[in-house]
Amino acid sequence: MNVQKKTSQVHQSFLFCLITLDPFMEHVVIIGNGISGITTARHIRKNSAKKITVISSETDHFFSRTALMYIYMGHMKFEHTKPYEDWFWAKNKINLVRGFVKHIDTEKKALKLSEGNTMRYDQLVLAVGSKSNKFGWPGQDLEAVQGLYSYQDLETMEKYSPTTKRAVIVGGGLIGVEMAEMFLSRGIEVTFLVREDRFWGGVLPKREGELISRHLKKHHVDLRFETELQEILSDENGRARAIVTKNGEEIECQFVGLTAGVSPNVDFIKDSSIALNRGVLVNEFLETNSKDVYALGDCAEFHQHPTGRKNLEQVWYTGRMMGETLAQTLCGNKTAYHPGMWFNSAKFFDIEYQTYGWVFNELQEHEADFYWEHKNGEICLHLVYDKTSKKLIGINTFGIRMRHEVCERWINGEKDMNYILLHLKDANFDPEFYKQYEHQIVGQYNQENGTTLKPKRRSWKRIFANN
Amino acid sequence: MMKLIKNIGLLICSTGFAFFIASIFVGDYTVNQDTFDEWVSNKGIKSEIFIETAQHEIIGKTFNAFGLSSKLIELAEQSSQMHQDQIQLWQTAGNQEEKINAEWSKVIWTSWSSTHKDFTYPLLQASIDSPVKNNQWLAFFLTFGLAIIGGLLYIVPDFILMGPAGIKNNALFQHSATNRGIGGIVTATFFVTFYFLLYFFPDLIINPILTTNKISLVLSGNPASQWFMYGLIYCSVMTVFAVKMYVKYRHNLYQVIRTTVVLFFQVAFAFLIPELLVRFNHPWYDFKNAWPLNYTFFFDWNIDSLLDSGHLGMFMLVWGIVLTVIVIPVMVYFLGKRWYCSWVCGCGGLAETLGDPYRHLSNKTLKVWKFERYMIHLVLVFAVVMTGATLYSYFSGAKTIFGIDTYSIQSWYGFWIGSIFAGVIGTGFYPILGNRAWCRFGCPLAAYLGLVQRFKSRFRITTNGGQCISCGNCSTYCEMGIDVRAYAQIGQNIVRSSCVGCGVCAAVCPRGVLKLENAPEDGRILENPILIGKDGISLNLKNEV
Repeated sequence: MNVQKKTSQVHQSFLFCLITLDPFMEHVVIIGNGISGITTARHIRKNSAKKITVISSETDHFFSRTALMYIYMGHMKFEHTKPYEDWFWAKNKINLVRGFVKHIDTEKKALKLSEGNTMRYDQLVLAVGSKSNKFGWPGQDLEAVQGLYSYQDLETMEKYSPTTKRAVIVGGGLIGVEMAEMFLSRGIEVTFLVREDRFWGGVLPKREGELISRHLKKHHVDLRFETELQEILSDENGRARAIVTKNGEEIECQFVGLTAGVSPNVDFIKDSSIALNRGVLVNEFLETNSKDVYALGDCAEFHQHPTGRKNLEQVWYTGRMMGETLAQTLCGNKTAYHPGMWFNSAKFFDIEYQTYGWVFNELQEHEADFYWEHKNGEICLHLVYDKTSKKLIGINTFGIRMRHEVCERWINGEKDMNYILLHLKDANFDPEFYKQYEHQIVGQYNQENGTTLKPKRRSWKRIFANN
Repeated sequence: MMKLIKNIGLLICSTGFAFFIASIFVGDYTVNQDTFDEWVSNKGIKSEIFIETAQHEIIGKTFNAFGLSSKLIELAEQSSQMHQDQIQLWQTAGNQEEKINAEWSKVIWTSWSSTHKDFTYPLLQASIDSPVKNNQWLAFFLTFGLAIIGGLLYIVPDFILMGPAGIKNNALFQHSATNRGIGGIVTATFFVTFYFLLYFFPDLIINPILTTNKISLVLSGNPASQWFMYGLIYCSVMTVFAVKMYVKYRHNLYQVIRTTVVLFFQVAFAFLIPELLVRFNHPWYDFKNAWPLNYTFFFDWNIDSLLDSGHLGMFMLVWGIVLTVIVIPVMVYFLGKRWYCSWVCGCGGLAETLGDPYRHLSNKTLKVWKFERYMIHLVLVFAVVMTGATLYSYFSGAKTIFGIDTYSIQSWYGFWIGSIFAGVIGTGFYPILGNRAWCRFGCPLAAYLGLVQRFKSRFRITTNGGQCISCGNCSTYCEMGIDVRAYAQIGQNIVRSSCVGCGVCAAVCPRGVLKLENAPEDGRILENPILIGKDGISLNLKNEV
């Protein structure tokens, strides 16, 4: 590891000299080597010969942070989480610098690194990601109290695991459930504090939340609903030894996972002239208030989201899409960020979740829904549609994979419920031989709505039709 | 409780293996005159010097396996040296052509890779006296029986211990057996040793072979050979590890059905049917083993034996050709090469059962992919050339082609490709190279199937829109070393000649991105894929970086 690091640094500084010596090439500096920054770099390289430098204080090379849990669980090693081999960057003349940016001088268009050196840029891209939320809990800065976002977070989790018998996880969301799965894979018991009355209650409708809650209990997660953290207690060495809930219950533990969301990692930008709110404020072209400075990904906050979604969207694929968009702008083809239909997916222990369009935790005024659940309680399909027009608004599935293109076509093409249920088989993306439930689903729909629909056979022609 | 059963299972299984290995070191070998005479005439030994000294030094005396084997070889080499000295004398004297020729026929040629199996093995087999020989059913139970029962007891408790059904890859990269640690090296050493003994020194494992003798007598009516023992081991190992697959992938019907089918083809087509054919005086024939994987199919002895076997033999000959020329490409067109490589093939069957715990060890680098493409296609070319030479010799009667001896091409291929590559490296190195090293780098049939799959097939792994998070599970668990993620993250379908369609990438994907599919060819390969999720213009312009 050390040798590798050293050689890559030598390599990098050599390239770096070459780049800084050439006064004619525009120099794009990207801070952050996550999916947003790296996608930007790759697409600038596709479309131009600009000099590109990516600075990261986290790792030498881009890796998939969504896979950190699999390293801990022994499914993969760190090297497997790197989507590109290490030679890729030099070959594509993307200069990687390991360093931490202390200050951005937008006047002089220069960055000050904590190693003391300065780097000039022509265009600056902020892709600095997030950090785990801490809400001012007493004891939140003790040892063995942390979130799970960065490679360093993984290292500290590894460090504390051998001496951890029970971990308390605070915040019932995606990262929390990942952390629970990680600890349980090593036989470490998990108590999970959830503020709402069900798992991920801010996002999932009641029945889906309950479905996942049941599954977590099946995996022996000690789930505590409507329970909040009061404070974290320290042992004599400054390490967490227990937590106290707002109800006054003390739970002994050796590790506290803080997984109540993430927020933009923008502290080092505060003393610059770049405008911030919670994140770096940007317009639809991902431009900040400062000329030639752009921001994207987790750290970017829209003044007003171009399609009315949340102004801060901390999702893998939105970072990637912003990167593709910004690269166009930086290469002279000014392009607004305009994401299509919302979609997302996750996996909760053994249950996969996919969502297309909008399924909110509570139905909106104009919405109605149809919910089917398998009798095993671990598979469900939830369709939300417009009360009057019956047009599909959103799909949630648990334990059933759906075909993205078909779902998108249904929702964007404003297909109504009858059409959806008739053609439900087109959207199934489960592996071959998996049991399919379209007949059960449509049967229940018929019963509830007095219809007599019969699902049609899957048709490649429809599936591959271009709208 | 379950843990206890598991540990007892491990103990029983290890005991079975211990008996199996220990049996190598027991027993005495005493050659009597009758066996010796029969062996001499069967082997066509003409050297009086050898016969005389061997009679003197061996008959009536008691050896261990290694002692007898090395004694025979030592004597053979001594006698051959004498004959060659004699030849040299006559050559210098001149005009002794007839004598020289007669003397040449007395020379016994030896080499480490063939002498033990061809020369000494039959004599040792006929001369053994051991507890195994005298208690063959008991020996079968103490070796195979215990290993299988113990193995199942070790595996089945995982149904409970591993928790609810789902992906079970925990700690694979943290355990020395599955992460090229000391456990992996020990396992690989064991496998490699086993293959060396099986292929090249069967005379040293007469007892292990005898443990399967009764089963062989029941099935084919013949005493067990090393190949029968290997077949039985193969089937047993696959069965036990198929149960492991059932436990591990019980949520995934594709894996369950595929495992069942590939196990069926091994046990029925590669083991029971051929043995029963022999029982009814037909040639040993594996109906699913296609040329060029079955590289001896067009060898003269095989063609002759099939032609000698009446209508059934004729059918076998025609079927073998039809299988390669028609059945395989047509099936690959509709289903992809997976129908053979991970549903039917014996090598694939072992890789998908015994090899499953090692699938993540395959190398995913671009460099190795390049090497793979050269290597596997070279082997295909070699197999075609060798078969061409064989058929040329068969029909023309000429022993050489372009000055090269056909037989030596065959034995070179048989040794390097058939034994070393497919067996010793292909299987022996599972814990080091992953479970498909042979299928990926060496199998000429896989190369042929792959060409069809790449250029004319409905099969692909579909990438599901924009859901990929580049986590790398798919690439890590691809036994063929395909960087699946490289395609998935740019929204491109995976169409690769090497894909054997095991379906594990789709299984381990946490986001439901991958699906093995047979669908219309149109749009199967997307040269310039567009990741959906964005409105407006396509942003994937110019060349992929």
